[in-house]
Parts: sequence; structure tokens; C-alpha cells
Amino acid sequence: MKIAIASGKGGTGKTTVAVNFALALEDVQLFDCDVEEPNCNLFLGFELEPVEEVTCLFPEINPDKCTLCGNCADFCRYNALAALPKKILLFPSLCHGCGGCSFVCPVGAVEEKSRSIGIIEKASSDAPLKFFHGILNIGEAMATMVIKSLLRHIDESKPAIIDSPPGTACPVLAVLGFADYCVLVTESTPFGFHDFLLALKVAKALKVPVGVVLNRDGLGDSRVEDFCRDEGIPILLRIPNDRMIARLYSEGIPFVKEMPEWKEKFEDMFETIKALAFKSTGVQ
Amino acid sequence: MRQLAIISGKGGCGKTTLTAAFSSLSENTVLADCDVDASDLPLILKPQVLKTEDCLGLELASIDLKLCTGCGICREICRFGAVLENFTINPYSCEGCAVCTVACPENAVSLMPRVSGQVISSITRFGPMAHAKLDTGEEASGKLVNMVRKRALELADRYSCKFILIDGPPGTGCPVMAAITGTDLVLVLSEPTVSGLHDLKRAIELTAHFRIPTVACINKYDINEKMSLEIEAFCREAGIPLLACLPYADITTEAMMEEETVIEYAAHSGDEEAVKFANIIRNLWAEIEIRLSDTSKKEMYPKILQSREP
Repeated sequence: MKIAIASGKGGTGKTTVAVNFALALEDVQLFDCDVEEPNCNLFLGFELEPVEEVTCLFPEINPDKCTLCGNCADFCRYNALAALPKKILLFPSLCHGCGGCSFVCPVGAVEEKSRSIGIIEKASSDAPLKFFHGILNIGEAMATMVIKSLLRHIDESKPAIIDSPPGTACPVLAVLGFADYCVLVTESTPFGFHDFLLALKVAKALKVPVGVVLNRDGLGDSRVEDFCRDEGIPILLRIPNDRMIARLYSEGIPFVKEMPEWKEKFEDMFETIKALAFKSTGVQ
Repeated sequence: MRQLAIISGKGGCGKTTLTAAFSSLSENTVLADCDVDASDLPLILKPQVLKTEDCLGLELASIDLKLCTGCGICREICRFGAVLENFTINPYSCEGCAVCTVACPENAVSLMPRVSGQVISSITRFGPMAHAKLDTGEEASGKLVNMVRKRALELADRYSCKFILIDGPPGTGCPVMAAITGTDLVLVLSEPTVSGLHDLKRAIELTAHFRIPTVACINKYDINEKMSLEIEAFCREAGIPLLACLPYADITTEAMMEEETVIEYAAHSGDEEAVKFANIIRNLWAEIEIRLSDTSKKEMYPKILQSREP
């Protein structure tokens, strides 16, 4: 059972929901897939140890063999290679590692090397929660590759909670395409509703069942609720627009720790999700 | 032509609220909404669309099953796992690299163009605006950001505008890089939270990497004043001027509900809190305008700090 926490947009409370949800349950795993801004551990404070360096292949041109024919640069769809009169120039951050250049080189002058684009880390084994996150190196663009490597560490025998990246582009798809259930976190304001609709479209395209957590409930109006009622989308939980919760967040304290009554609410949400996921996909 | 990008590392800091407010203060300005994944500026500025154009993303492989013999070479060679068991292509995995087209011994694979979104030029009550709509699940958002910026430049030319205001995407990945390269100034918006500070550091690493003059602003500074002081100290250390601290204010949501900028809202609501808030933004914009007009502000380059956050 893999539950993705998504929102279409940043700042709606995905990390808050993911962290508090994971802490409220027993024997679950938490994966922070927002590899551009992994924030979960700021609230968890675990000692982390590296588990894997995520690498991407890139070409190295052997100048002794290269005849400067330019086939490699012509072939590259990402403009990562440029053929100059005396040299083939590489722009590593544009390279997707497809291997096309080495495939089309007629003289075998392209050798593929690997370079690090990010790292996967996990909480040490004495931590109370099984936790992994990935960090994309600054200046690198291949977030999806780090996410895919990260998701390979999921233990299929246990429920996994996955904090998704924001947006509706490929990094989110990499996560949602993998999930059995998607929790969309939103607030009922014009921006919140607009971004919620975008995220919902992605989840629908991938045929993942969806439920909603209304964050900062009380702010704005009832547009999200009205929509959910009409569309038959369950509202799993409401987190009020509460100064105390905002304060705890700002200090990096998960609110289930200071407000134990929330533990039960998250447990109830988990039961509901299990039932709904089973109903729509048969996954237990 | 001078360009300002507003970024935050993290979403939900108030970038769009601030960009909208600036739009009602600045004159001769083109707006560029580069948050193409979730474009929210149009919700406030209600643009009249002038022109829409498809943006072509990376191409998509397509296998002609009449020619395919099922040898499986394409599946073996594809590094992105995009060729499925039945020799159809998973469009969400295919990166259009074309390796399959040259590897196929039967010439059964070709590349097809694919539309990844639309770039839109509009006119708003505060001037021209370029924005975009990314199609669901498309990945070429960096490319779409580039097209929005190109369109903004064309609009600036046509309407003789002096500034381009860029509402940036969240994060520090490919779309953000596309949104800030070649700009004259980046304003990083932060929040006094542990994640706010963490994301600010990553955003500054990025502007330092690209050597772009950078200034900062804290939103909701009074939610956690201790953390605000930490952010201030970090900015000092990194050599970044902290130009303003905005208080936590419900009026930002109230203005949004009215589909107005906070400047407009303050002008007619008569709310004292709103007027104060609007004045801070006014001063902030004045500071930015000075820096945008002055090309010799070398001291604003952020320093590359050694401390790398875990």
C-alpha cells in the first residue's frame, strides 16, 4: 500500500500532512520525494546515513579516436554536445544520459562515464520510523531520476507514505504513477482550488483514487468542499487554520507530538484510505 | 530592458501575491508568469488573451506495429524504460532521445512532435503579460518557461516597457533555472520556518551558482521572530540585502478572494492593517526599482557558502 501526498502546488501543507501522518501510525515507511526541497527531515531530525549515490551517464569523447564528424552533436536532442572545428564540447547538465551519441559514433570515440546528480539518504536503523529521502544536486535538472532511485528502496510489505514534489510535471508523475492512493492537500481559496484541480487532473489521468485533506480549514470559502461533494471525492481530514499549528510548523515540530488528539484522527484517516483503496483498486 | 525574477525555493511563500502587488505599483512593466505548472497570477489579473501558441516539447517515439518484428532491441536500448511489453510507448517515460529510431533494424520507429503546453500573450489592467499552461504531466516545463520569457521580451519590445517582472516557479530545479538565467536581479522570498530557511539557502546557492545579484524579503516574519532573526543573520553572512519584512496578514487572503492585488484592496477597503501592509510593499518596490535601474550593484552577488545543508 503506497500513499502519495500531493497538492499541485507547494506550500499547501504536503510535508506537514506526510510527517504527522507517518508519526501517528505504527510500522510505516516515509519517503520524501520532493528531491529539490526535501523538508521532511527538518521536522523529524533523524541522523541520516547515505545509501546510494544517484548517477547519470554522460559521454566522454576520446580525442585520439574522434574524427570530428559531428554525428554525436547532430544526434543529441538535448543540445548537450556541440561540434566545434577542433573539438566536441559537452554541456553535462543538459545531458539526459540516453547513450545516443555513443550509439551513432562511427569510430567508437564516445566512452560513457557516470557522474553524481544526487544522493539517497536514510534514517539510521534505531530511528523510530523507516525514513528515506533524496537530494538533487544544485544546478542539476534530472529530478525524476533521483525520485525513481529513491522509490526502489520501498519495502513492499509495509505501508509507505510518499511526500510528493509540487507541480504537475514529470517528477509528480513519477510518484503518482507508483501510488495506490493519492491524498491531495489543499486549501479553499482561489489559488488553492485552482491548483487542486490541476493535481486532480494528473491523478485522474493516472487512474489513482483520490481523497482530500483540507488544510487551513476556515480560511477562504466552501468552494473545495462543494466541488468534492458534487464529484464524490471524500474529504479525509480537516486541519484548522490554527496559530498553534502554524507556530509548531515554523519551529519544525510535528504537531502530533504536541497535540496528541491528532494521532487518532490520522489513524482514522489511514483506515478510511485502506478501505477506499481496496474498494477501487483491490490493493490491501 | 531590466528583468526581475521572484523566487522562493519553496511554494506557498507568497510569490504570486507579491508579484501581483508589484504589478499594480510598477509602470511600463511586462509580467511573466513562469510558474507554468500551476499558473496563479491570471486568477488575480484576469488577463484578456491576445494570442495563444502551442509549445512543442520533446518528441515522442512511435512504433509502427506493421513493421515491428518484436526483436526487442528498442526495449533493451531505451534507458528510460519507455518501450512497453506490447511495443507501444509509455508517453510519460519517453524523453524523445531518438536512440530507438536508429537502433531499430526494421526502421519501425519514428519520432512524432508532441505539444507540451500553450504560451499565452495577454493584456491585463496593469499591462501586458506572458503566461502559459502546461499540459497535464508534460515535462518540458523548463522549455515552456523559456518560451514565456521570450514572449515577455517581445511584448516588452512592442509596448516599449522598461521592466519584466517574473513570477518564478517553486523549487530549485530545471524550471527555476530557466526562470532566473539572464535576469538582472532575483528577489528571494522566505518564511520564518525551518523549511523556509532551508529552502532559502538552496535558492541562494542557485543564484550564487549563476552569479545573479540577489536580494531577499521575509514574509510572515512575525509568525516566528526568532527564526526571522536567523534568516536575517544568514542573509548578512551571504552578502544579500534583506529589503523588507512583511507581517502575517489575513488581508492577503481577503484580497485574493476579491481577485484584487493587496495594493488595490488596501486602497478601497480602508482597513488599517491593509494600508500598512501595502506601504511596506510600496517601499520594497521602490528599493527594487533603484537596484534594477542601477547596473553597477556588484556587492549584491551572493557569496557561495561552504555550509551545505543535509
